[in-house]
Formats: sequence, structure tokens, C-alpha cells
Amino acid sequence: MRALVVDDSRTMRRIVGATLNDLGFETQEAENGAAALALLEAGLEVDLACIDWNMPVMDGLELVTRLRATREWRAITLMMVTTESEQEKIVRALAAGAHEYLLKPFAPEALRDKLDLLGMLPQPAGGAA
Amino acid sequence: MSIAPDTFAFVADLVARRSAIRLEPGKEYLVESRLAPIARERQVSLDEYVRRLRAGAPDDELAGVVEAMTTNETSWFRDVAPFAALTPHVLPLLRAAGATDRVRVWSAACSTGQEPYSIVMALADAPLPVEVVATDLNEQVLARAREGQYSQLEVNRGLPAAVLVRHFERVGAHWRVRADLRGRVQFRRHNLMDAAPPGPFDLVFLRNVLIYFDLPTKRAVLDRVARVLRPGGFVVLGAAETTLGVHDGFERVEAGGAVLHRPLTAPRPPVSAVPSVPAPVVRVPMPRGLPPASPPHLTALRPFSAPARPAPARPLPQSRGVS
Repeated sequence: MRALVVDDSRTMRRIVGATLNDLGFETQEAENGAAALALLEAGLEVDLACIDWNMPVMDGLELVTRLRATREWRAITLMMVTTESEQEKIVRALAAGAHEYLLKPFAPEALRDKLDLLGMLPQPAGGAA
Repeated sequence: MSIAPDTFAFVADLVARRSAIRLEPGKEYLVESRLAPIARERQVSLDEYVRRLRAGAPDDELAGVVEAMTTNETSWFRDVAPFAALTPHVLPLLRAAGATDRVRVWSAACSTGQEPYSIVMALADAPLPVEVVATDLNEQVLARAREGQYSQLEVNRGLPAAVLVRHFERVGAHWRVRADLRGRVQFRRHNLMDAAPPGPFDLVFLRNVLIYFDLPTKRAVLDRVARVLRPGGFVVLGAAETTLGVHDGFERVEAGGAVLHRPLTAPRPPVSAVPSVPAPVVRVPMPRGLPPASPPHLTALRPFSAPARPAPARPLPQSRGVS
């Protein structure tokens, strides 16, 4: 599995990226929506994109909208990872085409749980018994 | 019941040293709910158990305490499959077995309520009324469960975003389960050592709790559960749990990716003869000012199904790990 982490915070890109690496993902980073689009237009293929909302140049909602509108990118699983916690914002992101929404701050396990929901973990979740 | 301050302090310090997880004041209920079963196994109070640990305990014992405190974290739709299968696969089996007027579920050892609320959310579009009796030994966790209010960190754990916006409302910085769903869950104090709550139940969720008990106790609990199950009803255990080698009065049944356990009693229709129904459609409320919900995955949002994905992508041109 390959993932693109789109966030204007270098620290957050590292945190999300490291968590994804631990779960077996190869990761690539982009600092805003436009940079993410440029990577994809250059031929980058990914299964998952973790996308911040508030970024300069092109925000996450715009990126989600563009990805959903383009046939060859429509199969990428899109997860917003953002501090925007208003119910209306979550609905807006889902309406634009995000598949999941993770609220910052989050524990690494929360990202894992979301990927489990999306069927994107390498192995089924095991229960602790 | 409440634990002594020095009991909490010792456990918090032990957990912090061995797992880096900090138990802040206010988490006494967590220590109590996680360690009480261990103390009970040793037939002492929790305070007495911890006093003995402080006086000197083998490393294995201390490791067990830390494990009990740091695993089995409560999350929504834990392991996904048992909940995702409820409406499309399990419900038809129950209806074929005679559950025609309503579905009754017992969520045993429900802790702070994520499991029973996950059950009613997963069955929100079921064609039958759903009643959940949720029990726990600990009054403090039951009080939190009844309140149905959770922090942002808690709703992040396994709750699909579409389910969050449909079934919760914001209360300040917290999220609260909507009243209509809270009304479908009845919380009661109950000790699994005692007789089961009045049945019959179509389903009993008994997940990740038998592990705390010795073999005779596990058998006794499963006996009591079997007695309150309606014929054709099922027990749902944790993902890594089984009745094999524990109780020979159950058979394993798979339904839509979920593993269920059914008492070997009266005849019932074979699983393969019962058709499944399509997964429920979750409709997300649209706030005013937004355009109509045109994207098909919003109007027909299936919260448990993974989106279609292409064949594995080519290697990243400059793939790298993040340190």
C-alpha cells in the first residue's frame, strides 16, 4: 500500500507518515493540495491520501473535490486529517468525497482504526484476548 | 466502590514506567474495571491485591497488571466485522429463527458504552425494533455510559465519520450520542458471576472478558449465557476468543465475516439457507447552505464497506519512509 500525506506542517507530515510506515505503508509527502496534485499529475500512484484541511495555495477540501472529479484518481481512498471538528465541516468533507475523517490530535491507534474501517490494513484487526 | 489513593498511585506509576501510558487522576474507574477481575480471581479486594503487589510480586504478575491496563482499549465497532455483519447477515438468521417482533441484545461488560452504542448504530436501519441491555460491574463506567458523552480522542477510535455526524451531536468540545439511540440502551449493574439479566436475548456480546476468568468460571459464564439465549441466538466473542477447549456446548457459525457461537440445542435453519440483505444505507444529514448530496457515496453511504480501489499501485518514484 502506498500513501500520500498532504499537510503544510512538516511535523504533522512526519507523525502521520511514521504511523503509516509502522503499518506497512510506503509514504510520500506534499505540503499543500497543489503540490499533491503536481505529484499525481507526474505519475505518482497511491492507494490512500491523508489530507489536512487548512493549507496555503490549495486547501484540503479543494484537493478532495479535484481528486473525486478526475477519473484516474477517483479510486484513491481519501481521509481528511484535520483540527476542523465542527459537524458541518465533517459533512462538507464527506459530501466532497472524503471517505473518512480523523480529528487532530489523534493517537496512532486512531489512525489504525480508521484504516481498519476502510479495509486498508495489511491484516485483519486482531483482538486482544 | 472506589479504590484507595495509594492503590491508584502505585498502578499509575507502574503503568507509566513500563508502558509510557499516563493514567491521570480521574482514571480510577479504569484501574478498577481492568484490575478488579484479576483481584477477584485471587479472591481478594483490589486494594488488597495491589498492597500485595507493592510488598513484592514476581515480574510476570506486574507485567500482567500493565497488560490489563493497556490492552482492550474500548473503541467503537471494535474489530469491525461483528458489527458490519449485524444487519445484512446476522439479522436474517435471527428472523429465520423466530425473532420477528424485536431484537434483544445483551452487551456484557460494556464498560463506558462504546459497544452497546455501536450495536444500536449498526442496527439503526434494521426493520425490527432493537433493545440492548448493557451491563458492567462498575457503577462509574455505567454512569459515563448512560451519559453517552465522549471526548474527541474517544470518538476518533474506530467510529466511521458518517456514523459520527449521523448519530452524535456536539456538546462543547465533546460528542454525545443522540437521545433516540441512547433510549434504546438500558444500562444496569451486573456481575458475570451472578445469574444473567432476564432474557431471552437474540444476541449476547461477551467480548474480551472471558480472558480474565479461569476455565471453570468461563464455562459457568457461558452456561448462564446459553440459558438466556433465544433458540437460534448467538454469542459474539472477541476476535481472538473461542469456545473451543472451553465449552463443548457451542458451535461456530460464520456470517458475513463475523464469527458467532451458537448453543447446540434445538434444530434451527442452516446458515446457508438464509439469504443476506443489502448493507444498510446511512444517510448523512446535510446542513443548510450545502448543495444537494450529489456524490453517490454520500447519498448511499455504506459505513463499513471499503471504497473500491484499483490494482496495487506502482512503486513510488521517490518512495521513502518518514523518520
